[in-house]
Amino acid sequence: MSRFPHRTVSWLAPLALLALWEGAARGGLLSDQVLPAPSTVVATAADLTADGELPRHLLASLRRAATGFALGAAAGLGLGVLVGLSRIAESLIDRSVQMVRAVPFLAVLPLVIVWFGVGEGGKVFLIALGTGFPLYLNTVLGIRQIDPKLLEMSRVVGQGRLERVRWVILPGALPSILGGLRLALTHAWLALVIAETIGATEGIGFMATNAREFLQVDVIVLVVLLYALIGITCDLLARFLERRLLSWHASYAPGSP
Amino acid sequence: MTAPAAAPGGAEVQIRGLTRVFGDRTVLTGLDLDIRRGEFVALIGHSGCGKTTLLRLLAGLDRPDGGTVRVPPARMVVFQEHRLLPWRRVWRNVAIGLRGKDARAAAVRALAEVGLADHVDSWPRTLSGGEAQRVALARALVREPQLLLLDEPFAALDALTRIKMHALVRRLIARQRPAVLLVTHDVDEAILLADRVVAMRGGRLAAEHPVPAEATRRGSPEFARLRAALLAELGVEEAADDVTVP
Ligand SMILES: Nc1ncnc2c1ncn2[C@@H]1O[C@H](COP(=O)(O)OP(=O)(O)O)[C@@H](O)[C@H]1O
Ligand SMILES: [Mg+2]
Repeated sequence: MSRFPHRTVSWLAPLALLALWEGAARGGLLSDQVLPAPSTVVATAADLTADGELPRHLLASLRRAATGFALGAAAGLGLGVLVGLSRIAESLIDRSVQMVRAVPFLAVLPLVIVWFGVGEGGKVFLIALGTGFPLYLNTVLGIRQIDPKLLEMSRVVGQGRLERVRWVILPGALPSILGGLRLALTHAWLALVIAETIGATEGIGFMATNAREFLQVDVIVLVVLLYALIGITCDLLARFLERRLLSWHASYAPGSP
Repeated sequence: MTAPAAAPGGAEVQIRGLTRVFGDRTVLTGLDLDIRRGEFVALIGHSGCGKTTLLRLLAGLDRPDGGTVRVPPARMVVFQEHRLLPWRRVWRNVAIGLRGKDARAAAVRALAEVGLADHVDSWPRTLSGGEAQRVALARALVREPQLLLLDEPFAALDALTRIKMHALVRRLIARQRPAVLLVTHDVDEAILLADRVVAMRGGRLAAEHPVPAEATRRGSPEFARLRAALLAELGVEEAADDVTVP
């Protein structure tokens, strides 16, 4: 409608900010010990890639995150479906989980250190914990919110229980499950950042901790940017899955905002 | 108590002394109704008098508290809402629950019969209200039910679409000849479609009016007379004066 090029400006603004930062660093307004120039950070990234350090640590971080996420997702999704489908499972499991859910998952950090020490197990556990809860809660919620009229229709056309799960219950719960997945990815990523501050010997968090000892601010900034990049990738992944799996849904259809 | 077995004597549906109680509210009290093979019965009655309750009992979606219900095994329902699965394409919504590899072919044929051959692979959300309800009709008829239960299926449609739906239903029913129970608020609809109109009051059937062939023409004196009589059953006396008999 308006003449103002909102889209272009929305991309130009951060670029301008970046240029400003670069200029300030080169002109000596920003000390290298506070915020090194973007070009310095890029150069550091290139160096660390060339000597194999960055890929090694990045891979360690991603493996850690993927393991925790896979374990947490399997548990959250599995228990969620079980509780959503079975009254018996619901009375056995649901209230306990709902009570534990009141605990912010990062608050158990000291406990995790006591249980697992500073090894790999505790880090994976923390990530799994952050992943499992939102997936569980959203799966249960999604199954409970299914329109009973559709379930009734499924009965009328003579579908059995398994068919009903496949045709009505799981697809009906999918928007909620994917919402949970998005939250789970955010939590897994947050858990990764925290977990890597506790006595890691590899991973990009370890790189940052190490760099702090030697006041390598450029490495620290690089790690912060990498974490941001992982976060953005997670978000894109969740969006992609939503578009892909919910194409029947008006709000995810191609062409809708 | 609901025995899915054919009733004797050409009656497809046989209901005797049917009772259904919700808490301290008795909705059906000793209701009797027979529907013959291939007969089209319309059921009218005030909102909340128990029409849907009766229909759900016939569909096997609810259990009676007393009495007996004999219905054929092949029953289908069209509800007021289309109840299509938004995450399945139109043809799958018709084929839902069908087995065998010719399920798609059967669904496509049924969709063609309701005039939706172009929408076989559409998503339900892209359909208009009338089109969605036609899909629901195709979903019911593709199974060739012996008993077709219609719970105010056209109530949410605009007047023009409703008239088209009446013609469509008449045509489809004429081919398969299932027994039909149509619940409706619309007295005109009841006269135009049914062989017999029954009125429900106080948890049982209060009256029944066969529909003579001459009454199925809008504007005929028989139509006007039957319409006035049915409105009177519903306690709408003054409306009878609005009817102009040519
Ligand atoms: N499952 C239920 N539990 C309690 N009350 C119900 C239930 N189903 C229907 N009723 C009550 O039974 C009465 C008849 O409902 P219904 O058969 O839906 O009426 P209608 O003739 O409008 O279709 C209403 O008062 C309704 O509130
Ligand atoms: Mg009703």
